[in-house]
Amino acid sequence: MGSRRQMPAHYARALWRNEGGDVRLYAVVAAGGFRRHATYRVATFAGVFTNTVFGFILAYTYIALWDERPHLGGYDMSQALTYVWLGQALLMTCAMMGGGFEDELMERIRTGDIAVDLYRPADLQLWWLAGDLGRAAFHLLGRGIVPMVLGALAFDLALPGSPWTWLAFLVSVALGVVVSFGVRFLVALSAFWLLDGAGAMQIAWLAGLFFSGMLLPLPLFPGVLGEVARALPWSSLLQVPADVFLGRYAGWDLLRAYAFQGGWAVALLLAGRMLQSVATRRVVVQGG
Amino acid sequence: MAEVRAGREVREPETEFAERSRLVEGVRAYGLIVAMWLRSTMAYRASFVMTALGNFLVTGFDFVTIMLMFGHVDALGGFTLPEIALLYGASATAFGLSDLVLGSMDRLGRRVRDGTLDTLLVRPVPVLAQVAADRFALRRLGRITQGLLVLGYALLTLDIAWTPLKVVMLPLMVLSGAAIFGAVFVAGAAFQFYAQDASEVQSAFTYGGTTLLQYPPSIFAQDLVRGVTFVVPLAFVSWLPALYVLGRDYPVDLPRWVAFLPPVVAAVCWVLAGLAWRAGLRAYRSTGS
Repeated sequence: MGSRRQMPAHYARALWRNEGGDVRLYAVVAAGGFRRHATYRVATFAGVFTNTVFGFILAYTYIALWDERPHLGGYDMSQALTYVWLGQALLMTCAMMGGGFEDELMERIRTGDIAVDLYRPADLQLWWLAGDLGRAAFHLLGRGIVPMVLGALAFDLALPGSPWTWLAFLVSVALGVVVSFGVRFLVALSAFWLLDGAGAMQIAWLAGLFFSGMLLPLPLFPGVLGEVARALPWSSLLQVPADVFLGRYAGWDLLRAYAFQGGWAVALLLAGRMLQSVATRRVVVQGG
Repeated sequence: MAEVRAGREVREPETEFAERSRLVEGVRAYGLIVAMWLRSTMAYRASFVMTALGNFLVTGFDFVTIMLMFGHVDALGGFTLPEIALLYGASATAFGLSDLVLGSMDRLGRRVRDGTLDTLLVRPVPVLAQVAADRFALRRLGRITQGLLVLGYALLTLDIAWTPLKVVMLPLMVLSGAAIFGAVFVAGAAFQFYAQDASEVQSAFTYGGTTLLQYPPSIFAQDLVRGVTFVVPLAFVSWLPALYVLGRDYPVDLPRWVAFLPPVVAAVCWVLAGLAWRAGLRAYRSTGS
């Protein structure tokens, strides 16, 4: 079936109208995303265990590195160790290795179930964004806190003293989640043309892992590579929130960091919206 | 299991399987299922090339990280880049081999949850062979390739006083290491009979284990090194044999000949993993869905 006629042409207007009236709807979707992931308690426990094991392994490699070169990249030893554990805590929250909604959305596009989603009196992008925010909130609590606490017990971490820094960190994480969503939404929509989006997903996944700072803090990347990595959207996922946590941004610098994340978030969401409108107008939905 | 085994005896002609040992039968079935998945993979050649390349790149990131680190330092924990490359190459190749052969076993939990394991139980083929060959992923050659490349780089750049024993040690280390990791995969799968959602715990030992072994033991806490030597004997995959080849000391005081134990350790691990697998399979109750 062609979905050309069913969809309203002016998505931007629909977006704003929906946002005014249906905040409650998206709040319910977000709560559903949270509850859905909270159901898998054993899996959560297993994930925390694995994050903690990796945290320990990476922490020792960082200790060896910072023993040789104290203040590498402008971080002291305890800041470097904090960075390791933040990486483990945010790995799932910011979906640096995927694992959010995109598999499901892609599958719905492939099977044609997406037609049902397009009929719903809700905006496709906001619907999935709300669900992903709920998921991220659960992963921050369920997968983030315990590894961080265990890391802080085993190593000397640089935890912020001021509650404002914690708050600033949470804002930065939230922006990071939206940026992450923006990228994954674009990748998922590629399934409209590719049908099997596994390849595109893998490329996005590789880029996310490499450019988020998950392997090593981005200031340690050499020359141009470092500059490029810091300018790409993925640095919003870990590098920027971690630097906010470590108090490397103050005053206007913090606002500039937010503007960087927010800018990417808006740009990616708009690109997703445009791609969505092209896809739903031009592409014939798969029949089952 | 009892019914299943009985069912097979009734259905299958005695001549087909009776005189074959269960092991040969399992290996043969494994080969057949793998061949089926290979044909299926090759139906989408472009997709296969892309995912194999992706596998190569993503596993290569580990070594890229180490190279980025060596952009700032000359030695890590007293080891140079070529020395770490030997540890890395041995561990990555060994893990890559067992990941290729048995990596699908971490899907067992999913099968238990959705009830499709029952299908495997009624087939006249050992369940272990079926689970191991399930969705055989040839793309995992990517990891083996990059492991071998790093190993080759290490052997070309290292200045080792080669002896016949050291030469023998290289294949011995990779094959025994693969067997040890394989036992971990089987034991992890056995654990999933009890905790179906816990496949990530297995990742901590398999993926976490290979990450650990890529770095020299000197940088880790003594207790951690003892743990992976005596409790989960991953140190025998690469640390002990590779340090023998390099002529370096192991942080835990052990006699030199211990470096030659990996085949023995692998055998013991397989016996234990086999027992765990049997216990798990016996304890299995279908979800009924």
